Amino acid sequence: MSKRIDINDLNIYYGSFHAVKDVSMVIEPKSVTAFIGPSGCGKSTFLRTLNRMHEVVPGGRVEGDVLMDGRNLYSRDVDPVDVRREVGMVFQRPNPFPTMSIKENVLAGLRLNSKRMSSSTADELCERALRGANLWSEVKDRLDRPGSGLSGGQQQRLCIARAIAVQPEVILMDEPCSALDPISTLAVEDLIHELKSDYTVVIVTHNMQQAARVSDRTGFFNLEATGKPGHLVEMDDTQRIFNNPGKKATEDYISGRFG
Amino acid sequence: MSMTSDRGARPGRRRTVRRPGDITFHGAALASGLTILAILAGVAIFLVVEAAPVLTADPEELTAGGFGRYVLPLIAGTVIASVIAMVVATPVAVGIALFISHYAHRRVGTSVGFVVDLLAAVPSVVFGMWGWQVLAPRMVPLYRWLEANLGFIPVFGSASSTGRTLMTASLVLAVMILPIITSVSREVFLQTPRLHEEAALALGATKWEMIRTAVLPFGMPGVIGGTMLGLGRALGETMAVAIILSPGVFTWVLIDSGNSTIPAEIALNFPEASGLRLSELIGAGLVLFLITLAVNLLARWVVARRADFSGAN
Repeated sequence: MSKRIDINDLNIYYGSFHAVKDVSMVIEPKSVTAFIGPSGCGKSTFLRTLNRMHEVVPGGRVEGDVLMDGRNLYSRDVDPVDVRREVGMVFQRPNPFPTMSIKENVLAGLRLNSKRMSSSTADELCERALRGANLWSEVKDRLDRPGSGLSGGQQQRLCIARAIAVQPEVILMDEPCSALDPISTLAVEDLIHELKSDYTVVIVTHNMQQAARVSDRTGFFNLEATGKPGHLVEMDDTQRIFNNPGKKATEDYISGRFG
Repeated sequence: MSMTSDRGARPGRRRTVRRPGDITFHGAALASGLTILAILAGVAIFLVVEAAPVLTADPEELTAGGFGRYVLPLIAGTVIASVIAMVVATPVAVGIALFISHYAHRRVGTSVGFVVDLLAAVPSVVFGMWGWQVLAPRMVPLYRWLEANLGFIPVFGSASSTGRTLMTASLVLAVMILPIITSVSREVFLQTPRLHEEAALALGATKWEMIRTAVLPFGMPGVIGGTMLGLGRALGETMAVAIILSPGVFTWVLIDSGNSTIPAEIALNFPEASGLRLSELIGAGLVLFLITLAVNLLARWVVARRADFSGAN
């Protein structure tokens, strides 16, 4: 249930704006890969190309290949809708559907895949996903209440439950803790550790300690100047990046001597 | 209670500073609110007082031998015409609103929206004349077909030869209420948070599935509100119905002449009415007022019932 992703010479554009240039990397299955870098360096944009969400923005397009277990996500016969069913995503701000109950939120993805399921199967899948997101014990008595009534951290774990309910191959997280308090952040980080045993996890974060805590590999993105495209400076084992980075720019960034 | 002693007794509690701007605005807002209430109360009192003689009068002196027997068929005609208009207009309006907000290219969407809004600027007399001269004759073949093929259903029992029927009036009403439902729906659809749309898309939703999961549920209170505004307009619409319909006694047949609505009945008879007949018409107006009030309360209740899930929290 987890796949390896190979990215070859990926260039990302919005209309005529060149957002990210020449990224090549390998994302290993059953590991956590973190992207760090200053604001506007294209790390979130890059993350969104892994499930073709950047195409939602008008004018968004890429050149290059993203191979998931050898299959190119950008070949002509691939439907972005199918890609997104295999590559789940968790956003910066918790976004449970406000018009749905907690349970309906968890099952939203499964319902989209238009599987008819009995109510006992639905209950089972709902419980499994919520347990997988470490949320079951907190919400099991109020599954029919609106998801928007939960705290921020609970909402974010609800979104993770919603993402894993469809059993994706890969889970992308775009700064999942930046809107959360430290306790909730800890809960989500613990969860990321557990998710690693089943999924390929890719996380974008502004918080370098977080990258150091949760990830196995870290990629550092940077941009030469405002208006220039972002690029991948270096990517290595997280230990290496934080203790003994290969590039001066990386060292400056992680030690706070940036700019 | 005096402010000075209050201040002396509880030093911990500070008096809020009262700024002139706040006081002025507070007064202006309060006055506007009270004016609305006063106008509404004035209308209600006028209707009740003027309609009162009908209730005490000898039933023999009234038009149909009793106020209830007079007004019930009119209520039926009004409600049937408005509900048909609402049922026809709402899906079309929601479709147009979705097209403008989520499918059309921005420029196309803006111009379509503009055209729909223009529809609201057409005076109802013009709609009435159009319905009478243009739509009604063209509906006749359809009515004949309905009578021939679905005549066993009472509502299609016999066909009009002029097309000036309650059904034609309802369809014109549908066109008339289309703009208000469309523009209210369009506004709420456009306000769907981008985050929720992306959440649906990231789960692997197609565009239509995204609209079904994120946009429609989020916009539902707005659509209901718009529909109720439209229904209110249809219930009260006078000129178009008065011109199109060739009125008569109540009949279940919707594609033949006959039936009438409260506003049309009032408009057609008011000029020559006096005495008890006048009270009777005003009484019909009071009933219409109560119906629109009930519709609005119902709409509020429907929206409030799902308040927890509205996304406003």
